[in-house]
Amino acid sequence: MAKPFEVHRQTGFATMAGLCFVVLYLPIVLLVVYSFNQGDSIAIWEGFSWRWYVSAWDNEQVQAATVRSLVIAFWAALIATTCAVLAALATTRQERFRGYTFVFAMINQPLMVPEIVTAVALLIFFAMIKVQTGYTGLGYLILAHSAFCLPFAYMPIRARLQGMDLSLEQAAMDLYGTPWRVFRRITLPQLWPGILAGAMLAFVISLDDVVITEFVKSAGQDTLPTYMLGQMRRVVTPEVNAISTVLLAISVVMVVAFYFLSRTKKQPTGG
Amino acid sequence: MIEIDSVTKIFTGRGAPFTALDDVSVTIRENEFFTLLGPSGCGKTTLLRVIAGFIDPTRGRVLLDGQDLLSLPPYRRPVNTVFQNYALFPHMTVAQNIAFGLEMQDRPRAEVSATVEEMLSLVRMTEMAGRKTSEISGGQQQRVALARALAPRPKVLLLDEPLSALDFKLRKEMQLELKRLQSETGITFVFVTHDQEEALTMSDRIAVMNAGEIRQFGGPRDIYDHPAERFVADFIGDTNFLDVTLLSSEGSTARVRLSSGSELDVRAPQADLPPGPATLAIRPEHAQITTPDTAPLRGVLSNIVYFGTDTHFHVELDAAGSFVLRRQNQPDQAQDWAIGDAVGVKVPPGVGQVLQD
Repeated sequence: MAKPFEVHRQTGFATMAGLCFVVLYLPIVLLVVYSFNQGDSIAIWEGFSWRWYVSAWDNEQVQAATVRSLVIAFWAALIATTCAVLAALATTRQERFRGYTFVFAMINQPLMVPEIVTAVALLIFFAMIKVQTGYTGLGYLILAHSAFCLPFAYMPIRARLQGMDLSLEQAAMDLYGTPWRVFRRITLPQLWPGILAGAMLAFVISLDDVVITEFVKSAGQDTLPTYMLGQMRRVVTPEVNAISTVLLAISVVMVVAFYFLSRTKKQPTGG
Repeated sequence: MIEIDSVTKIFTGRGAPFTALDDVSVTIRENEFFTLLGPSGCGKTTLLRVIAGFIDPTRGRVLLDGQDLLSLPPYRRPVNTVFQNYALFPHMTVAQNIAFGLEMQDRPRAEVSATVEEMLSLVRMTEMAGRKTSEISGGQQQRVALARALAPRPKVLLLDEPLSALDFKLRKEMQLELKRLQSETGITFVFVTHDQEEALTMSDRIAVMNAGEIRQFGGPRDIYDHPAERFVADFIGDTNFLDVTLLSSEGSTARVRLSSGSELDVRAPQADLPPGPATLAIRPEHAQITTPDTAPLRGVLSNIVYFGTDTHFHVELDAAGSFVLRRQNQPDQAQDWAIGDAVGVKVPPGVGQVLQD
């Protein structure tokens, strides 16, 4: 009797899988390891030290870029999440309207349009506004980040709304709840995990962006990733490794939190 | 009093339009236990949701004590619903669930807590007040859903198959409980079910629905003993249908000839039925098994099924078709019939009902 085809029983499966993991994670492991290097090289190990973390911490440019990154990510996540909640309500809590698919595609446009195209378009568009208004603040970056973070915030919120029992909102309305009170007392408390998950995802995506930021930023508006990119063009020290490791840690924490928040809770059942 | 006046609902989606309610008119009295009974897809839940306000009818009017309900959004209708899946708020305790409607009406805090206490004791859930709704059993969730819907003292309580998720024993218990709550609160109950036994035991009046129309409307006894048409006779209880010829009818009685040639006096649902082919409906418990010589229907006993409380006799009729008889069991009853016996079916005068489709 021939055994049914099972991919994990094939010869070389374990080797292949191991190789994939090595290719995926070895560079990251090396990056983290060399962030603790005593010496100036990112390739020759000279012993353990916190030196480059201290150096990054004391570097005023790094400090400014970090604060800028966090400020942009915070506002972008806030704006994107707010818009995403409204968009998710509109696309799940009313009867399908004409042009529903079009609206859905529009919301997710940043996932489909190549980032470099968006970046060039925004550069030109914002340049026109800069000429008209003379404003050169962080607003451009915040707006640009809000826009491309929107689908990332929208997806988990919409998934949560779709998974929610519609009859709860109907029951609340049946019990004299006006639409706003139903939203505040019933929909929102149950939507929170989705909103938090969406906001975190948007935050991480914003924190990580290079291409759009590089094009949109004015002089002296480096975020952490664009600062690092700039450093790579000059002298490369394990300081970049240290900054990367911190960014990695933040992302991992956020993504893990996102995972736990977006897991659908078990529906209450009697027993 | 709810007046439902020629309500029609046509669903238009991507497919062909579907008529869920076809010109339904019915009046539900104050303080009555009113049941909408029918198979799934008959429109009973649609009608309930029209009253609650979750579905706008295509045509027609719904009046509650003379006030037009259809112009009000669901949260302004003095009507509460017990949902089929209970729809308890999972992020609130039992007491918070019950308080919700009162809080939405902006009742004073003291009144809210007093009413919640009262409702908790009405449904015997006082000890469970602080529990989360996921920590209580299905029967308890059912009672919380009832208390939550009753707390704001609606004029009408709508119940959408609320017992269907419960097991048999609990369902029997809740049937009595619902009846008790209805008489204690004096609120009009509109109850939706596909369970004919539930409808018969609980209701003051029943509307039997099929394909978006009310087919018959009356008290449980009327509906059971005098089904107006074949669908109702078939849907409610078990019925034997025999092809007969209607010879004459006078008032509420009619004379029919069976295919065996015997003639019987039976009931007629309405006066002056035209003579001709018709259907005779006889309940299994209304006929008696007997020896073949004197009986109007004769046949061979093909099966005997013992049910504990009663025994069913299946008879293959000599003329055509089969007939089921039900006899209540007595203690120490002799096993008087055996499969294969030639038997007769005796129909006492006036128990069958002639139907013309």
